[in-house]
Formats: sequence, C-alpha cells, structure tokens
Amino acid sequence: MADPVNGNARRAESVDIYAPQWRNFLFVAPYLFIFAAFLVFPLFWGIWLSFHKADTFSSGPFIGFGNYARLFRDGIFLQSIWNTFYFVFLTVPALALIGLFLALCLNRQTRSAAVLRTLFFSSSVLSVTIVTLIWRIVYIPDMGLLSMIYGFFGAKAPAFLSDPDIAMIGIAIATIWWCIGLPMMLFLSALQQIPQDIYEAAALDNANRWQTLRSITLPSIKRTFVLVVIIQIVFQFQLFGQAWLMTKGGPNNLTKPIVLYIYNTAFQRWDIGLGAAASEILFLLILVAAMAQFLLTRRKADA
Amino acid sequence: MASHNAEIRGRSFGDRVLFGLVILLAFAMAGPVLYVIALSLKDNKELMVDPHSVFHLPYTIKNYIDTVGTSNVFSWVLNSFIVAGGLTVLTLILSSLAGYGFARLNFPGRDVLFVIVLLGLAVPEQAVLIARHQIFSWLGLHNTYPGLILPGLSSAFGVFLMTQYFRAIPRELDEAAILDNASRLRVFWKVLLPLTVPAQATLGIFTFLGAWNDYFWPLISATRKEMFTLTVGIASTQQNFAQSQGIGFLMAQAVFAGAPILIIYLFFQKYIVTAVSGAAVR
Repeated sequence: MADPVNGNARRAESVDIYAPQWRNFLFVAPYLFIFAAFLVFPLFWGIWLSFHKADTFSSGPFIGFGNYARLFRDGIFLQSIWNTFYFVFLTVPALALIGLFLALCLNRQTRSAAVLRTLFFSSSVLSVTIVTLIWRIVYIPDMGLLSMIYGFFGAKAPAFLSDPDIAMIGIAIATIWWCIGLPMMLFLSALQQIPQDIYEAAALDNANRWQTLRSITLPSIKRTFVLVVIIQIVFQFQLFGQAWLMTKGGPNNLTKPIVLYIYNTAFQRWDIGLGAAASEILFLLILVAAMAQFLLTRRKADA
Repeated sequence: MASHNAEIRGRSFGDRVLFGLVILLAFAMAGPVLYVIALSLKDNKELMVDPHSVFHLPYTIKNYIDTVGTSNVFSWVLNSFIVAGGLTVLTLILSSLAGYGFARLNFPGRDVLFVIVLLGLAVPEQAVLIARHQIFSWLGLHNTYPGLILPGLSSAFGVFLMTQYFRAIPRELDEAAILDNASRLRVFWKVLLPLTVPAQATLGIFTFLGAWNDYFWPLISATRKEMFTLTVGIASTQQNFAQSQGIGFLMAQAVFAGAPILIIYLFFQKYIVTAVSGAAVR
C-alpha cells in the first residue's frame, strides 16, 4: 500500500490529480456502507450479544462472561469442539494427499487426463443439499448402493450415519467426495509452474521417477501443500450442512460440529446469547488458521 | 510420474497400479451420481419391492413429469436465480466502484479504510450470523429477496480482487484521459472498466456459484416455503426418506436441481476452475 502513495507524491509535483479529495470517497461509499452495516456492525454486535442474556429481538440484561461459563460447563459444546477437530483430522489430510495423488497422475496433456480432471472437479459445483442427498441414498441400509456393493461380495455394509463409531467417517467420506476438486486443481497449477528444464536436466542425469518426484517435484510444491492444508482446515472447520442434513448431529451428538451447535442453540432454542458466545469461540479458532494463511500468502507475494 | 511421461498406461507394474487406483477413484466419483440418476428413472413401487431393479430395465421418466407437475422446484429455482443473479450483479457493481476508488483515487483515510476492508476477509460467516439475523429481524427483511441478497454483498473478497486488478493496469492509460479533463466516472466507465472483464468474469462466477449453493443464511432467513432457495427447498423435501415411498421421485427432484449447475460447469469449466482456485488462493 505504501508504493502507490509514494508514486502519487512524485506525480503531484507536476499536476495534482492524485490529491486527496472528499468526492473520491463516493466511489467506495456504497460498498463501505454495506460492509459497515452487515459485516462490521454484526461482528461487534455479536460480541456484545455474547455478554448478554439475549433474545430474538434485543440484547437483554448484561451477564458478563456468564454465557462463556455456561458453554464450558456444557458437555455437548465441548463434545462439538472435539467433533469438529476430529472431522478436520479425518478430512484435511485425506483431501491433501488424494488431491496431490490425482494431480500427479493427471498432470499430462492427454484427453483421458482432461476428462478425469473434469470428473474429479465436477462434484465441487454441487450444493451441500445435493451432495448429502446423494450420499444418504448411497449409505441407506439394506437398499443403498453401498449395501448392494457389499452384498455382491457377500458382506454386510457398515451402518454409516447410524453407528456411533463410524458416523463421522461417513460424513467425512461424503465431504472428501465433495471437496476433492479444489486441492487437485491447486496442486495441478503448482505442478505446471515447475520449470520443465529441471526435469530435462534430471533426465540427463538418469534420475529415476521416484528420485525426480522426491527431489524436484515435491520440494517445488511444498508451499502449495501447506496452503491447501490451511485452506481446507479453515473450510472444513465450518462443517455444518453435511452434519445437519445427514445425521442431524446424532447419534448422541457424536457428529455435531460447533456450527451445528450454534445453529441448534441460536436458531432452534433461541438462546441467542449462548449461541453468540459459541460463535465467538469458533471465530477465534478460525482466526488462527486464517492468520496462518494470510502470512503464508504474503510471504509468497514478497518472494 | 512427471508430465513428460506421456501415457498413464505405461510400461511398468507401478504404472498399472497407479492407473488402477485412479480408475477406482473415478468410479467412486461417478458411481453415486449415476446411481442417483438411475434411481430417478425407476418406478417407485418397483424400487420398494426390489432395490436391485435400479440396475436394469424398465426405466421411466414418470418421476420427472411428477417433479415438473407437482413440486415447488420451479419456484425455488426462480428464487435461487433471483438471489444469485442479483447478488452477482450488485457485487460486480459495488466491487468495481470500490476497487477503482481504492486503487486509483485518493481521499482522506483511504489506506486505513482499505486495511479494515482487508481484515474483513478474515471474518467467517458464522461469527456474524446471529447478530445479522437479529439486525434483519429489526429491518423486517427476513423472507424477502433483499434479505437474502444483502449479507453476501458485504463480502470483502470482490473489493480486494478488483483493487488488485485495477492496480495492475498501467496508470498512463487513465492519467492521459484525466489530464484531458475527463471526469473520474467517465474514465472509470470508458477507459478502465473494459479492461477488467477477466476479473469481472472470475468474480461473477465465484459469486454466483457461492450464492447458488449457499445453505446456512437462506435456511435461517427464508422460513416461508415460497421464499425458499433451491438448496433449502430440496433439503426440506429430503427429510426422513428412509421411510419414504417415493425414492425415485425424490431423486428426480435432486437431479432436476443439480443438473443445471453441472451442465453450466461442463460448458464453462475452464472459467469456473480458474475462478474457484483463484479465489481460494487470493
């Protein structure tokens, strides 16, 4: 941001077309009004609400950290934090590794590779409603696609979504299916930025493919790998639709993520203050990951 | 495995294993969708009797006729189109104006304001949802189109993207016009805006797709059936389908709802992939 300002100062000596003028503000005013009204104000109003015994329309009496104290005595909230981390742990490494694998295999100019890339990204354009609809019918006991495939091998399909031990895994599989396109594409564009002459030099040195992969390809995309992981952590941390539509958070709240806890609390029980406090906790957790992403992309821009 | 090895169907055993794995994953990708399409083409009663009948004839388009004839799917598609289209157009307008303002014009407090807008990028939707819901209750905007459009309009991403883009355009282009006494608005409209078409496309696609697929805000804001968007509407019909008598019908509705965006994707694949991955890395 410093550069354009300095540039302005230099130009200003000849003709002062970049001098600060109030009327120039009019260009940014429409956006800033919306930004202030529907993002900045709600952000602070949400913090304010979290310190109050709020109801649907107003903030109610001030109760200090009462909501936060209630949250951390609430076993379901603590469970939902654990569930969220568990879900991130199930999905993010799988997305990064499968995405990398697909990118490495499909990074070529053939027609079949192009078709497969199209296929692997296609699920990403679907809404969470359609994705969960597809996977619920796949998982449905006794008549779904999964139980028919298991039946073909004479086995009984695991009861994804109703068995407490594996319900979250069922949601994770549907999520990986839904989200695999973006990691693959990010890795593909990173792979295409590696200069070809490095590979040619390696080929002249008789490096085999494993050596080439380990000493050229993987080091070159290390930063992209970290970026993919952080993007996915931020995104998967906000799990809501899949859990709400596939299991409603059950069985026994074992698939209830933080966002679903917020939804249940604020928009079903209308305990607005408690919900607001929970969303501030979520905000703090996401902020840590978002900060990491910000620092990472800034460093990339400097390099 | 690097790109100079032309064919995946290579010579070694390792190549075949990799090829097999990719094909397996491809089946895992396509299988569920094909299964749902097949279900949507089956008679509901036949499915109740024998789930395996999904793999063989007879197929029927009766479920689609029922979908078109009896469900609310059309009005939900219309609502989604109004919301996503409206949000996209407004986002492009506001972001372009603000991007030009931040990148090219000077006004008191500009740099501070821009940093504040950038910080807005780090705010997740969930951190503001509850307060926003209350504000929209005060304004009486729930169950209205403005109520569904306005929250998305506050996203800082478009302004950030357009500011970056305007900054990358050489200053000589508009300086000459301004020295010729053209107004700022005219320079913006005639000289600079035509140069930003690629960024407009990226932002437009990203915004439209995001709004079309948004679920949480419409779920809490549009509570009346006639204001449902497609995501909320389809979700409202799919409760408890384990007991449902009409699996085929529900699947036809899902295919009907998912097909347009998939077809658009097939045609504009390159732009969509660029927009989505560009937005992710920002």
